[in-house]
Amino acid sequence: MKKLLILFTLFFTGSKTLFAQKYFTKNGNISFFSKTDMENIKADNNQVTSVLNVPTGELQFSVLIKSFHFEKALMEEHFNENYLESDKYPKSSFKGNIADISKVNFTKDGNYPVSVTGDLTIHGITNKVTATGNISVKSGGITGTSKFIVVLADYKVSIPKLVAANISKTIEITVNCLYNQKM
Amino acid sequence: MLKKITTLLPFFCLCITSLSMAQKGDTTDLMSRLEKQTDQNTTNYSIATFKTTRLVNGHSVENVGKGVMDVKISHRFGTLNNGAYQLFGLDNATMRMGIDYGITSYLMVGIGRSTYQKTFDAFFKIKLLRQSTGKVNMPVTVSYVPTIALRTLNWEDPNRKNYFSSRISYSHQLIIGRKFSEGTSLQLMPSFIHRNLAEVTGSPNNTWALGIGGRQKLSKRISFNVEYYYQFSGYKIPGTTNSLSAGFDIETGGHVFQLHFTNSRGMTEKTFIGETTGKWQDGDVLFGFNISRVFNIGKRH
Repeated sequence: MKKLLILFTLFFTGSKTLFAQKYFTKNGNISFFSKTDMENIKADNNQVTSVLNVPTGELQFSVLIKSFHFEKALMEEHFNENYLESDKYPKSSFKGNIADISKVNFTKDGNYPVSVTGDLTIHGITNKVTATGNISVKSGGITGTSKFIVVLADYKVSIPKLVAANISKTIEITVNCLYNQKM
Repeated sequence: MLKKITTLLPFFCLCITSLSMAQKGDTTDLMSRLEKQTDQNTTNYSIATFKTTRLVNGHSVENVGKGVMDVKISHRFGTLNNGAYQLFGLDNATMRMGIDYGITSYLMVGIGRSTYQKTFDAFFKIKLLRQSTGKVNMPVTVSYVPTIALRTLNWEDPNRKNYFSSRISYSHQLIIGRKFSEGTSLQLMPSFIHRNLAEVTGSPNNTWALGIGGRQKLSKRISFNVEYYYQFSGYKIPGTTNSLSAGFDIETGGHVFQLHFTNSRGMTEKTFIGETTGKWQDGDVLFGFNISRVFNIGKRH
C-alpha cells in the first residue's frame, strides 16, 4: 500500500514537471497594418505579454494599447485618443486555445501549423475569433506566429468620414512571439 | 491488494482532475501576475492634454512630436463693437505666420512674424516633467517657454538716439498642466515679461502675470478652451486690461482649427499678456482663428 502511494505521488509530481509547462514572454511583437490607396499605416508593439500552456493548449495575450508605436507622432496620438481610447480601454487581450496542440511535438524541431480559437478583446468589445498560425520549435525555443484580419466595425472603432480614405476598414494583425521564458 | 487499488482509484482520479484544473487556472494566474509586473514596470504617460501647442493666444503644455513641423496661421479681426459698417471687425485683421518644429519629443522651437507692431518672435519650449502613472508617478506636466520678440516698426522719433536693443523684449513662462480626465485639462502659467524699452515714460519694464487656462472636450474632436492672464498690480502698463479668451478647438486629422473670441489683438506673449486694452464689457472683443497644419519632415525613430 505504501509503495502504491509513493508511486502515485511520484506519478503526480512527475506529471507536473513533465506536462505542466508554461512558456511565456513579456516582449512579444504584435504589429498591425492598414492599407489604402491613400496611405499605408503601420504600428509596432514590442511589449506584448503572452502565455502558452503546453499541456492544456491555452494561449493568452495581453497588450498595452499605448505601447503601439507609429512613424507619425500625431497618428499615435489620434490612435490612442480618438480610435482605441486607450485611457478608457488601456489593454487589449486574447484568451483562447490551440485546437490541435496535440499535433505539436515540443521535443522535436519543426514547424507546426495550428488553429487558435478564443475571445479577442479590443476597445472594450469581445468577439470570438479563429485564426491560423504556426508554432515553430527550434532547439527548445518556441515561436508562435499568426496573421489575421480584424474588422474595425466589429470592435466599434469608428473612423470619421474625413479620414475614411486613409484608414482601412479591415486591419491586418501580425503576431510574432518568442516564448523565451518558462515555468 | 486489488481492493486497495479500487479504494485509491477515486483519490487518484481526484488528483488528476485537480491537476488539470490547476493547470487551467494556472494560465490565467500566471497572466495576471505578468500583467501586474508590466503595470508596475511601465510608465504610463498622459497624452493629448490639449489638442495643439497653443491654448488660444498662449502656449499650452503640449509639444509637437519629434520631426514634426507645425505651420500656424493666425488671424485676429477688429473688435465687434466696430458695428456693421466694419462687418463687426472683419474688415481689418492682424495676422501671425509661424512655424514650430519638434527637435525631440520634449524640445520644440518656433519662429513667427506678426503684422501687429511688425514683430518677429522666436521661442523654444522644453518639457521638464511629464504627467504619468505606473512606474513613475507624476501629477503634472511642466514646460518652460522663453520667447524673444523683435519689434521692427519705424522709430516713433527718428531724431532721437535709438538703440537696436530697444526693439527687443523677452518673456518667460512656466506652464504647469494636468489632464484630470479624458475631457478635462487645466494649466497654470506663471509669466514674466521684460521690455528693454518701456512702452511709455513711467510704465514698467517688467510685467509679472499668472495665467490660468483649461479645456473641456465636447466631443472627440471638439473642445472648448478658456485662457486668462492676470497681471499683478504694480507690474502693469497703465490702461491695459487682463487678457481673456475663449474658443473652440476643432481637430480634423492633420489640421487643428481654433476659433475664438478674445480682447487681445497681439499674438506674442509680450503683447497679449502685457498690452491688451480691450474690455469685454464694452464689446471690445475680437474674433480670431488659428489654423495649425502639421507635416512630418524628420524621422521619428
